Amino acid sequence: MRRFSLGKYALPVYSVIAIVYLMIPIAYTFVFSFNDSLKTNLIWRGFTLDKWINVCQQQGVCEAFGNSVMIGVISTVLATTLGTMIAIALVRYRFKARSFVSLLIFLPMATPEVVLGAGLASQFFSMGAAKGIATIIIAHVMFCMSFVVVTVKARVASLDPALEEAGRDLYASPAQVFWKITFPLLMPGILSAALLSFALSFDDFIITNFNSGPAMTFPKYVYTAAARGIPAEANVVGSAVFLLAIAIVVTVQVRGSLKARRLAKQ
Amino acid sequence: MARLAQEFIARGADLELVGIRKEFPGFTAIENLDLHIPAGEFFALLGPSGCGKTTSLRLVAGLDEPTKGKILIGGKDITATKPHERPVNTVFQSYALFPHMSVLENVAFGLKQRKIEDPMAKAVAALELVELGHLAQRRPQQLSGGQQQRVALARALVNRPSLLLLDEPLGALDLKLRRQMQIELKAIQMEVGLTFLHVTHDQEEAMDMADTVAVMNKGRIEQMGSPEKLYDRPHTVFVSKFLGQSNLFVGEVAESNGSSISINVSGNKITVPTDRAEKHTGTIAVGVRPEKANFHESEPSAQTGVNLIGPGEIIDIRFTGVSNQYLIEIPGIGEVTVFAQNVGKSPVTELGAKVWVSWKVEHSFGLSDLPANSATESISVI
Repeated sequence: MRRFSLGKYALPVYSVIAIVYLMIPIAYTFVFSFNDSLKTNLIWRGFTLDKWINVCQQQGVCEAFGNSVMIGVISTVLATTLGTMIAIALVRYRFKARSFVSLLIFLPMATPEVVLGAGLASQFFSMGAAKGIATIIIAHVMFCMSFVVVTVKARVASLDPALEEAGRDLYASPAQVFWKITFPLLMPGILSAALLSFALSFDDFIITNFNSGPAMTFPKYVYTAAARGIPAEANVVGSAVFLLAIAIVVTVQVRGSLKARRLAKQ
Repeated sequence: MARLAQEFIARGADLELVGIRKEFPGFTAIENLDLHIPAGEFFALLGPSGCGKTTSLRLVAGLDEPTKGKILIGGKDITATKPHERPVNTVFQSYALFPHMSVLENVAFGLKQRKIEDPMAKAVAALELVELGHLAQRRPQQLSGGQQQRVALARALVNRPSLLLLDEPLGALDLKLRRQMQIELKAIQMEVGLTFLHVTHDQEEAMDMADTVAVMNKGRIEQMGSPEKLYDRPHTVFVSKFLGQSNLFVGEVAESNGSSISINVSGNKITVPTDRAEKHTGTIAVGVRPEKANFHESEPSAQTGVNLIGPGEIIDIRFTGVSNQYLIEIPGIGEVTVFAQNVGKSPVTELGAKVWVSWKVEHSFGLSDLPANSATESISVI
């Protein structure tokens, strides 16, 4: 007779419950993007593709989405560039305040967003800077940079300095060594830092809300709309972003495993 | 291979280091180094880790700057130039092959940097020289250690440098592969006629491959010469220990005539030819290699031209295949090692036997310094 095992039954049940729990909000958002809703999108009124086809008809959705993408791209480019430079400096150059600077870089990650947002808002106010897209980008670059530094630093630390020395030995000037050897080898780290950076920026509500003034971003739009029952177009945009993200992850994984298989075959 | 090698023949240039000193924060890696390596020579810098040999190599490559002194290649002062401006290429200890490029791209890298015509064809030829032409499209991480080592060699050789620097290039290989690569490396050097500067801590490797060996210790060159000469007549305790094994005896000079001097070690007279001794008065150390010494079960009659010490007792016998290594304890002198070739019948095989040790006076060598701790000691390193 086989022994009864609690784990044998409990574990699958528990796993299914956990996954369902995680998926409910996403599934809800996705399903209600097809709702033939009126002003509010709380009650199921029947299936339609209208909201997906005419997503920009609802006032402000696409503008907010466009702003968020633009802010995300600009912040990512700036934060990734600056963060990569800081990461290389922190690993490769010995200077007096190195460990102290490392700690300072880490601080924005540990500080509550509300505090960061409020602090920045008062700085902009006392400087007399008009709040808008520019102030949002400045705020986003600030907190994204910490994540970039941490991600790229790990990659720089694992890079054998002999590789760069070999480049110098083989007639490459310092700039050529950077672009032909250091940069390509850091690329995977820089890419994942950039993706993380974009996700953080695109997604941010708290810090953005403090520093945006009249400018509208997608999270802010959804927050405002939530007061009246979110329009289905917001669900469409949210679902689209979700699907896009999944597609990117799957593509990267498949490409990676294909490449590994091809290398193993040779 | 011979035809391929023709294409890589460059005029090897001579290297000269003048009064080099290198300080790092907290310590001095090289105290005062003067060195001249003639063109086309295979030169080995041999020493323990931390002796300054790798630092010397990095100074020549331009990866570090000397605190003081000058570096000349082919008579031209290159001290102030950057690594990419020097006619020098390096084979790194870790090989440092670029993981994001194919083997062929790795080898072609230096040629492309200098905008040499037809870099790919030249790179293919270099890979064929090291017999790896069929692996050109692979990534370095798909190759074995020995293959990576040869790619690193091809990547350096293809640039036809005046001087090739090798930083313990065989250190990461297993013993059998290392011996095989030593032979190949030496063959390639003879064919292309480049000047090789090889840094290693493996004394066998240095003696086997190099025309000239410089033994380095604590940031200085202790002794320099052909492997045969260094082994036959070490000048210092360190060299006698680092290159092979030595029995050293310390005593006051008791007799001295025109051709030889003798020391007294607790009643035993040990003689060394005057021209084989660095120091001729006071307390000196005299040594002999274990394979030059013999032992006898009965006391032999005294002969001129032969040093005789004993009696002592065999306290350890080690069988190493080609020879038996006997450790003999002689009262008042200490432990003496004697190697006896394994020719089918060992003269003595039991422990505890009473024996005398002798060797020809002309095999003794006198050192310029004294062993650090005991008055008399037998030193067995490696």
